[in-house]
Amino acid sequence: MSEKDIQEMRMTILKAIEHDSRVDLNELAVRLGLDATDIANAMSDMEKEGIICGYQTLIDWDKTDDERVTALIEVRVTPQRGQGFDSIAERIYKYPEVDSVYLISGGFDLMVIMEGRSLKEVSQFVTNKLSALESVLSCATHFIMRKYKLNGTVLAKKHEDERILITP
Amino acid sequence: MRDPIAKKVTEMKSSGIRKFFDIVSEMPDAISLGVGEPDFDTPWHVRDEGIYSLERGRTFYTSNSGLMELRTEICRFTRSHYDVSYEPASEVLITVGGSEAIDIGLRAMLEPGDEVIIPEPSYVSYVPCTIMAGGVPVIVNLKEENEFRLTASELKDAITPKTKVLILPFPNNPTGAILERSDLEGIAKLCTEHDIFVLSDEIYAALTYKEEHVSIASLPGMKERTILINGFSKAYAMTGWRLGYACGPKRIIEQMTKIHQYCIMCAPTTSQYAAVEALRHGDKDVEEMRQAYNERRRFLLHEFKRMGLTCFEPFGAFYVFPSIKEFGMTSDDFCTSLLKAKKVAVVPGTAFGDCGEGFVRISYAYSIDNLKEALGRIEEYITELRNR
Repeated sequence: MSEKDIQEMRMTILKAIEHDSRVDLNELAVRLGLDATDIANAMSDMEKEGIICGYQTLIDWDKTDDERVTALIEVRVTPQRGQGFDSIAERIYKYPEVDSVYLISGGFDLMVIMEGRSLKEVSQFVTNKLSALESVLSCATHFIMRKYKLNGTVLAKKHEDERILITP
Repeated sequence: MRDPIAKKVTEMKSSGIRKFFDIVSEMPDAISLGVGEPDFDTPWHVRDEGIYSLERGRTFYTSNSGLMELRTEICRFTRSHYDVSYEPASEVLITVGGSEAIDIGLRAMLEPGDEVIIPEPSYVSYVPCTIMAGGVPVIVNLKEENEFRLTASELKDAITPKTKVLILPFPNNPTGAILERSDLEGIAKLCTEHDIFVLSDEIYAALTYKEEHVSIASLPGMKERTILINGFSKAYAMTGWRLGYACGPKRIIEQMTKIHQYCIMCAPTTSQYAAVEALRHGDKDVEEMRQAYNERRRFLLHEFKRMGLTCFEPFGAFYVFPSIKEFGMTSDDFCTSLLKAKKVAVVPGTAFGDCGEGFVRISYAYSIDNLKEALGRIEEYITELRNR
């Protein structure tokens, strides 16, 4: 296989598994017109290269008894000489409470997404840990009230097939 | 009292699908692979344009031919995708679905007694529309061994001095067959030699899985004798918007527009605005849907092969057309008993012409999970038949 073919196959596989990582490889091979061994090898290569970073489960926790809150925190920081935002970002993402950290263009610098058991738990984290960091200038915390759509999946309502059963 | 109904209408057969639909609708929990429309919703940006046009109060008629903006986009599209150029002002007519274009195209062209060559199995409306237009349908029975393509020699055998129009329904509903350039060249040659006009129903053109669709209108000498029919239903998942179009020589489009003007006035305005958006920014959506259909197509064929069900590989539309001849039942009986035994609805091949006997149409406009469930039941059913 040429380099171009490999890249093309990788993209095809990634698109196919992006929203369903549990798909059976033999079935995927049939659907994509590829060889199952080639798919398995490509996936394992992409895992090693860090292109595929994990296989997670999309859960709507609101439908469970589990109490949890998600917060988006806009953080303004002072970049450090020679390191830019990387070292402060690292100090923040090392906290296990923190789910995601993005560097943002515009009115603030880092977008931190975190989950906690309660408002209080999140507030304490922001006050005691995040704001206390030396280079953090300010934090604005937004609590998520309802998740309508998550990673491309609509949580709000199920899609129903309303087509009539037989049409020419 | 006199019979209020015209004889040619009473004599018109009601669609074979209709009868089957009545049985299925009594079974609300049946799962169906019988639908001839996409399972995708119209892409949101297209729906949004429709909504926006309503918000802006664009609730008036358009010109009879349709919005100039849309006709211009259509011409750009046929040029870039199918290599055939039309003049927006005089060679395009926006219709209420491809169906209207079929009807008025035939009405515009046929004199009483003119023969229309119709390859079958094919969509249900060609024969009745031909008859209503005063024409005489001449059926060509396509063969499985030719992958349900229309061959030049089959066409040649059907031509008589009275032949005026050939209907070319490819990519085909119900077989999924396509015609490639080499197939079309032989057909085009015959049409030129015998001075036959072509009504090319290319509503599934966007959905091919081998070479890119070739329109017969793009072949040398064919544009002037072809009405190219396409629309938005299948490519952009816009069936309910009822929007199609016909492109062709000015003289024919002009006369079709006259009929359209008197019986329709103009195609739905909201749909026309949405369609402009579809043509301008919808290529990516079409490609995504095409790939999804292709995955399901491969999956279905693989499963049929595993079950030992004979099926040629179709490269167009979203249908497969497996043979059920090994079970020694008519298509009607097979479908009815499959429905009763396993609650799976597929459509008898005979709904699309007598030569569909021994075949069933299975649509893959369904999610893979849906297909799996239905295939599981079909497998149980045919295993029972084989062990009988």
